[in-house]
Amino acid sequence: MNFDDTPQEAAFRAEAKAWIAANAPKQYEEELRKSSLGRTQLKDANILEVAKAWQKKKADAGWACLHWPKDYGGRGASPIERVIWQQEEGAFGKLSAMFIIGHGMCGPTMMAFAREEHKRHYLPPLASGEKIWCQLFSEPAGGSDVAGLRTRAEKKGDEWIINGQKIWTSGAHYSDYGILLTRTDPTVPKHKGLTMFFLDMKSPGVEVRPIKQASGQSDFNEVYFTDVKIPDHQRLGEVNDGWNVSLTTLMNERMSIGAGVATGFPELFDFCNNLMLEDGPAIEDRSVRSRLAHYAVKASGLKYTSMRAISALSKGERPGPENSIGKLVAGSMIQEVAMYALDLQGAAGVLSGPEDAELAGKFQAMLLRAPGTRVEGGTDEIMRNIIAERVLGLPGDIRVDKDVPFNQIPTKGRV
Amino acid sequence: MNFDFSDEQKQMRDEARKFLSEQCPPKAVRTVLDGKAAYDKDLWKGLAEMGFLGVAIPEQFGGAGAGHLELCVIAEEMGRALAPVPFSSTVYLAAEALMLAGSDAQKQKWLPKIASGEAIGTLALFEGKGNPSPKAIKLTASSGALNGTKKPVPDGAIADFAVVAARTGSIGRDADISLFLVDLKANGVEVKDLTNIDPTRGQAELTFTNAKAEPLGATGEGWGIITQVLDRAAVLLAFEQVGGADRALEMGRDYALDRIAFGRPIGSFQAVKHILADMYVSATLARSNCYYGAWALSTNAAELPEAAAAARISATQAFQHCAKNNIQVHGGMGFTWEFDCHMYYRRANATALGLGSLSYWEDALIDRMRKKNAA
Repeated sequence: MNFDDTPQEAAFRAEAKAWIAANAPKQYEEELRKSSLGRTQLKDANILEVAKAWQKKKADAGWACLHWPKDYGGRGASPIERVIWQQEEGAFGKLSAMFIIGHGMCGPTMMAFAREEHKRHYLPPLASGEKIWCQLFSEPAGGSDVAGLRTRAEKKGDEWIINGQKIWTSGAHYSDYGILLTRTDPTVPKHKGLTMFFLDMKSPGVEVRPIKQASGQSDFNEVYFTDVKIPDHQRLGEVNDGWNVSLTTLMNERMSIGAGVATGFPELFDFCNNLMLEDGPAIEDRSVRSRLAHYAVKASGLKYTSMRAISALSKGERPGPENSIGKLVAGSMIQEVAMYALDLQGAAGVLSGPEDAELAGKFQAMLLRAPGTRVEGGTDEIMRNIIAERVLGLPGDIRVDKDVPFNQIPTKGRV
Repeated sequence: MNFDFSDEQKQMRDEARKFLSEQCPPKAVRTVLDGKAAYDKDLWKGLAEMGFLGVAIPEQFGGAGAGHLELCVIAEEMGRALAPVPFSSTVYLAAEALMLAGSDAQKQKWLPKIASGEAIGTLALFEGKGNPSPKAIKLTASSGALNGTKKPVPDGAIADFAVVAARTGSIGRDADISLFLVDLKANGVEVKDLTNIDPTRGQAELTFTNAKAEPLGATGEGWGIITQVLDRAAVLLAFEQVGGADRALEMGRDYALDRIAFGRPIGSFQAVKHILADMYVSATLARSNCYYGAWALSTNAAELPEAAAAARISATQAFQHCAKNNIQVHGGMGFTWEFDCHMYYRRANATALGLGSLSYWEDALIDRMRKKNAA
């Protein structure tokens, strides 16, 4: 048992470290390091532009999308090299946030299902951040139950005509392209009538409306489609086989090994270490210590769980299912951590303005953004189902709509 | 990076599991649970023959000289099987104290007997309520004689010798505590078996009246040694706890697959699934914390105190969580004497206290993190 790199890994790490030291936008490092959930803007720069510039620089030097083939803009690197890169990129990795969906989900789906000429045309600028992609799956009537989506695609000649509405589309307002899951046959059971496409987000009839979130920010959008035309060659996979295509996309969502999930613990520990309560330093208070320890072992447990997965990668093995716990644990933990940090501030915890609030309102911003983390990318409940069914081997839920034609499934609860 | 056990260590784990599944089925645990034996003597002998008792004891003292990573994988299996033997007291506490602080003669006298299964040892630390603290130690030592009472002492009623913490100074500072080795079969030692929530591992009261004792380690260094022994034992016991947690999770999962209610396996209900998913989460977090503890223990890393506390807390939480929810998944049957669920529940709650309670280790963890942060 050891934490040492193999000689090859050490050589790769040294090369990555040296390149990052010479090229990363260091003027933003401190600010990026301090940013946390709900607060990821830069004070004096547009973070989107900084992120795009960093991504392009990485791509030009062969450090973008490391695990992708070189022909599509990647480096052809091994999974462990990708992890080492993420470790070395550190706080600058936060600049990749707006590319995660494109790189993690759209790109792999294109690689598996798009025509060769499309892959060569679309993937390199996706890798380099010159083009941003979004994923158009969720709908008002299909969130956790994504196969319940209703956006229609109807074939007319060599084109498909799209009508409907998507929701919770991250980054649609700055995206150039998207992958889109539609219903092509409503007369068959819901999983059997779906088809996947990719499209230009500037196509006529596409309208993006930002959603004002409960946190007051707008990271997500509604996207409306009115007679949007998509050529048939932009179809991904067979007609009515979109469910299987989407499984490839969602499988690639489990890509965050080594990137580390935010728990809020390091911030809380620092805060308690510096906070004075009426009776003395917060960190000397028994109840504070007990709560901190409770969070500390969750945070370290996640960290070492990810180390175990990295070890498997290092040996050329597939990581086990342990990593499926990351989002579930971190999502609810960061919410509790934020609530506790406010509690420690007493009545003043209510203040969130940068002038009046502790740490310029870091924990207040975290609190208001946190409910979203327990929902996006699979709710806590869906994550528990996944662990129970895929890891523990428990039977799937009984699905009453499984064999019913989609257009006969009830759409209202209380009538 | 290889943050995992080696293939040889995993092979040893498989051997231990196979051995224990044959030699320590639930029926064997019940023999001790029902009070028909103080511990499983045949199993103890078998463990010695397999080389498991002395796996971390150097060869020169009769052990296998393998190391602490090997001991960790065996500990996990002991916890999984609820082995009703004085393994943790003898191997994690007494042997570790001897290896840390014993003279050559003391090691030569006791370690080979531990490895061969001839001697059972323990640590006599507590004196009634409360967590490990030099202030709590009132038992005195003067001119090589001990006077005072210790309780609870794990496996104290069956132990041949004990490492006893005694006060040699006046006011209960760290430097006022020293350790002594006591032959429990000698004059001046009175042993009383105590009833406890987990009868598969005994607890006793030891009363010393002018009992003859020899120093273990230098005078005034006892508390430092105890702290180190507790850290090392915390990692090892955490592996037992993770083994127990995993087994409780499996029992719950298997029952949820087999039990039909409302016309379907109860494991298809989300309310049940989510209980089991949360059990998996806690067991996985604990296992990962334990691996870090194992690394720190086996390399004698400066991180050991922090790693040991994290492993101890996480594994305590996981075993308690899995053991209580295993009963919940089983419903009424889980609350019968006949089903094995309660044996895990008893063990989970007893091991949660043995080395100091959760709140003690929480406090220790934050203390240690703070020191690291300040350094």
